[in-house]
Amino acid sequence: MLTFNDITVQFGGLTAVNSLSFEVPKGQIYSIIGPNGAGKTTVFNCISRFYTPSKGSILFNGEDLIKYKPHQIINKGIARSFQNVELFTKMTVMENLLTGLHPLLKKNIFPIALNLPSVKRMEKDARDQAYEVMDLLNITDLANEKVSNLSFGFQKMVDIGRAMIVNPQLILLDEPVAGMNPIETEKISELILRLKNELGYTVLLIEHDMSLVMKVSDAVTVMNFGKKISEGTPAEVQNDPVVIEAYLGEVETHVAAK
Amino acid sequence: MILKLLENKRLTIGLLVVFMLIYPFLVGNSNYFMTLFVITCIYAITSMSLNLLIGYGGQISVGHAGFLTVGGYSVAILSSTVGLPFFLALPLAGIMTGSIGLLIGLPAVRLKGHFLAVATLGFGLSIPQIVLNWDGLTGGYSGLAVTKPLMFGSDFSLFYVFVVITVIITWLIQNIVKSSLGRAFIAIRDSEVAAQAIGINISFYKTTMFVISSFFTGIAGGIYGYWVGFVSPNDFIITNSFLVLAMIVVGGLASIPGSIIGAVLFSVIPHFTDSYIGITNIVIGIAVVLIILFKPDGIVSLFKMNKQKLVKPAGKGELLVQGGEKENANI
Repeated sequence: MLTFNDITVQFGGLTAVNSLSFEVPKGQIYSIIGPNGAGKTTVFNCISRFYTPSKGSILFNGEDLIKYKPHQIINKGIARSFQNVELFTKMTVMENLLTGLHPLLKKNIFPIALNLPSVKRMEKDARDQAYEVMDLLNITDLANEKVSNLSFGFQKMVDIGRAMIVNPQLILLDEPVAGMNPIETEKISELILRLKNELGYTVLLIEHDMSLVMKVSDAVTVMNFGKKISEGTPAEVQNDPVVIEAYLGEVETHVAAK
Repeated sequence: MILKLLENKRLTIGLLVVFMLIYPFLVGNSNYFMTLFVITCIYAITSMSLNLLIGYGGQISVGHAGFLTVGGYSVAILSSTVGLPFFLALPLAGIMTGSIGLLIGLPAVRLKGHFLAVATLGFGLSIPQIVLNWDGLTGGYSGLAVTKPLMFGSDFSLFYVFVVITVIITWLIQNIVKSSLGRAFIAIRDSEVAAQAIGINISFYKTTMFVISSFFTGIAGGIYGYWVGFVSPNDFIITNSFLVLAMIVVGGLASIPGSIIGAVLFSVIPHFTDSYIGITNIVIGIAVVLIILFKPDGIVSLFKMNKQKLVKPAGKGELLVQGGEKENANI
């Protein structure tokens, strides 16, 4: 569904992503893992079109995404959450979700300024839709709470909810459980599995929490210094010596000691 | 007690409307007091427009006096030179000012924060100079007379027309900021990255903000022209831009009632202080400092106008109130 073809991203002299290729199949949970600074978020920012790769192409359902601007990506069916939640902090949970619906709402100023019945109806439908998403996330009772008053865990949920509400085909989750306690992590991993199993989304996941990655992923790509160093099922990747070296960096001495 | 009563939205709005209707009788048709009221309306419209831009959209403008001037002169030229009737000239003044707003908004899309402030400052400073020196169109120093609409024989009926227009504009702006458009503006203010990721075209909406804001400000300028019957280059200068900015900061950013409160306050204060030279600016300055120190959300935060509403979720019977404390406790 999403194909990276030989993508290279450079910031000045620094190569953040180096000739990266991978393919995310439809209906799967695909994880990208790797040590800090491996270029994982850069991959997301290329898909979201915040960065333009210097080389290569990103195909989504056969269409090259490079020619689109960041705000057009959602219309292609790709939504994302952010590593450091980028919520609209002064808005309530409800308003954040409604803002997430932006691409689907009519934006003609004249009916809006006159608050015509069609606009009122659209707003009501949008609210119902937002309640559905909140029900799914179990945050309905926080609907009118300002997001700046929520704990980080709930803010992450709202961030994911805002990405889900437009019913994308592919959802990009950037470290959904960073900074969460084990109970919250458990909740999020259940949610990610539900996204795949019940709602039929394809999920591309960046995560440091290995227990989550191993539990939910269908396939994993491991990156280090901008390059793909391993790929496969969670079990394969876990036992790959290259991966262990990238994470622990001590494989030789370990082996030598034996 | 009074604060409690004012929290009832309908009651407050009802009282306001009654007050506006009987105002001319309260002040015995005094031209001075009616002018004070119309000026307040003009500033209310301008501060709501500016609040849409700054409070909701996060785009700073300190050049709104320029838009007021453009609106006033548009009305003067359209009514006197071209001879258009009131109900055509006033909206056209808005459209002309909106077009200028579009011209300002296009480059402003690439500017942020202080740089945008300086760019709009330049606009506000240059408009009076342009008006002064474009003799052929604007009459230069001597200004332009505005033909008062004949259909409203007296200032008395004109007063009501302007009150109605102000109420309508308030309603329109309120609808805009509560809609998907308004949410897009706030989204841009809070996080441009997230706004783009959820499909908000930032440059388009920034330009739209400028156009909407300058359109309504242009109408306010037009109302000024019609009421005073005369426009001159120094009617709205950079001081007025800053005064409107002070209004929205004191009244409350991102709040329509706040804009109106600020506009009323700073239009009425000069009435009491103008007899002592220099006091007006000191009072306004102190008010701004006090508000920023003690009530950064503006006077409107005293009224809790934005208090949480009880919302009924779809398909569920019971009412939900905010349950933040309970939920946050176990995290």
